[in-house]
Amino acid sequence: MTATDLTPRPGAAPVGRMLLAQTALETRMLLRNGEQLLLTVVIPTLLLVLFSAVDVVDVEGPGERVDFLAPGLLALAVMSTAFTGQAIATGFERRYGVLKRLGATPLPRWALLSAKTGCVLVTELLQVLLLSGIALALGWSPHGNPLAVLLLLVLGTAAFSGLGLLMAGTLRAEATLAGANLVFVLLLLAGGVVVPLSKFPGAVRPVLELLPISALSDGLRSVLQLGGGVPWADLGLLAGWSVLGLAAASRLFRWE
Amino acid sequence: MHADPAVEVTALVKRYGDKTAVDGLSLTIARGTVTAVLGPNGAGKTTTIETCEGYRRPDAGTVRVLGLDPVARAAQLRPRIGVMLQSGGVYAGAHALEMLRHTARLYAHPLPVGPLAERLGLDSCGRTPYRRLSGGQQQRLALAMAVVGRPELVFLDEPTAGLDPQARRATWELVTELRAAGVTVVLTTHQMDEAEQLADEVAVVDRGRVIAQGSPDALRGTEARLRFDGPPALDLAPLRKVLPDRAVVTETAPGSYRVEAELDAALLAAVTGWCAEAGVMPDRLAVQRRSLEDVFLDLTGRDLR
Repeated sequence: MTATDLTPRPGAAPVGRMLLAQTALETRMLLRNGEQLLLTVVIPTLLLVLFSAVDVVDVEGPGERVDFLAPGLLALAVMSTAFTGQAIATGFERRYGVLKRLGATPLPRWALLSAKTGCVLVTELLQVLLLSGIALALGWSPHGNPLAVLLLLVLGTAAFSGLGLLMAGTLRAEATLAGANLVFVLLLLAGGVVVPLSKFPGAVRPVLELLPISALSDGLRSVLQLGGGVPWADLGLLAGWSVLGLAAASRLFRWE
Repeated sequence: MHADPAVEVTALVKRYGDKTAVDGLSLTIARGTVTAVLGPNGAGKTTTIETCEGYRRPDAGTVRVLGLDPVARAAQLRPRIGVMLQSGGVYAGAHALEMLRHTARLYAHPLPVGPLAERLGLDSCGRTPYRRLSGGQQQRLALAMAVVGRPELVFLDEPTAGLDPQARRATWELVTELRAAGVTVVLTTHQMDEAEQLADEVAVVDRGRVIAQGSPDALRGTEARLRFDGPPALDLAPLRKVLPDRAVVTETAPGSYRVEAELDAALLAAVTGWCAEAGVMPDRLAVQRRSLEDVFLDLTGRDLR
């Protein structure tokens, strides 16, 4: 047995190193989790390929089927990672005492949350690359201003992260698991991802249009499919959801 | 060494709803010592420890750890303390040593992970997912995570619960070495032998208060039992006359005698002297000190809670 020098020599690591280590760990945990990959990679990819190839949903607007579908599935990818995946993972971290244990280390809470955001952004980058690659192979011709797209993706991420963390920080882990999956399916169907909102009855449409997923898919479509300018209304809606979600999460989140 | 204490808890009160978990508890822990906090389940041990760790805000009273308020000065305090929770604390999908390595990265001068894992018998489960580790391995990983940052003060909540004898010994050795290296150790336990073996100081907690504190020897006191066997139905009156008033002499079973008293050499001589006069050969003469367990049960009662 080797002797270990246990003489106290306390000190926190530089915050940059902590942030990097925590982001890397969170990302490894996500990429190692089969259910998470199913949600974030397999489902959006399958839907993109299936609905582009098979005429089961009525699409609308100019261009090929994939020109309607690709923006919707980019929106779905953001939701799957920032909302569903993050809510479920964080809910179980809370349940297993991970958040509590990390709370006793030098890692500040803001750095833990930033690491979660970093992990979401890395995953989204991989999703966007994968889905765009597949869409291009299927004949996708994207239009518009890439900066507007980036802005939409960032605000969409903020909005869904706030809602995901709110859920994870207030409900039991099992309730978060069930709830986050249910919301994922409902918003997939009723948020303009693959089914145009124009197919829904006029009475519910104004409500559906207020959903963050509708704002994100509509905004992405107005730029990428229609070549429109910066979609301020959609961005404003996403900013509103971001403020609401993040404010509620920061007030109500319970760490244990 | 520092003159100011490592931990100073004064009149701490903590309530959960209408249940009072900690009820005016005061406790001072000197630097460089090992202190065992003993108490029945629900006595308030974990709540007190977790308040010191900064997880809970006192409803009343004050807590100072290394001179700092653990909630208000958490950022300064956290790098200096090590924490072992009763359970959990690790990502379900993490590999055993991955979490230890990660924890090490959060500190400026961590212990080398390899040797630490080796001495706690964790080197063989490096890539095993946390959820597949045995309970004992999970405990040892939590212990390793508590010390890897080279803290001045560690809080170990039931560090040996559910460990096999080998793992328990490895944990005890580590605690002993931490003490030798000048680290203050605060641990909770249900095991009296653990407190007797490891602790400089024992604090007995019951119903949210410290009801006794001192070294294991001081708590046990000088009171002891002397037992011997002889012929049944001896006349004990002459023996009682030569013993101090507070001594209690009883025949616990026919031919088995017990003397309970402050034990010293004079008392032993008085008993054996009486035996010689009465022509009794004291068979199986034995002195039994009170164990910490006796002290604990006397203090907290023998009823199940």
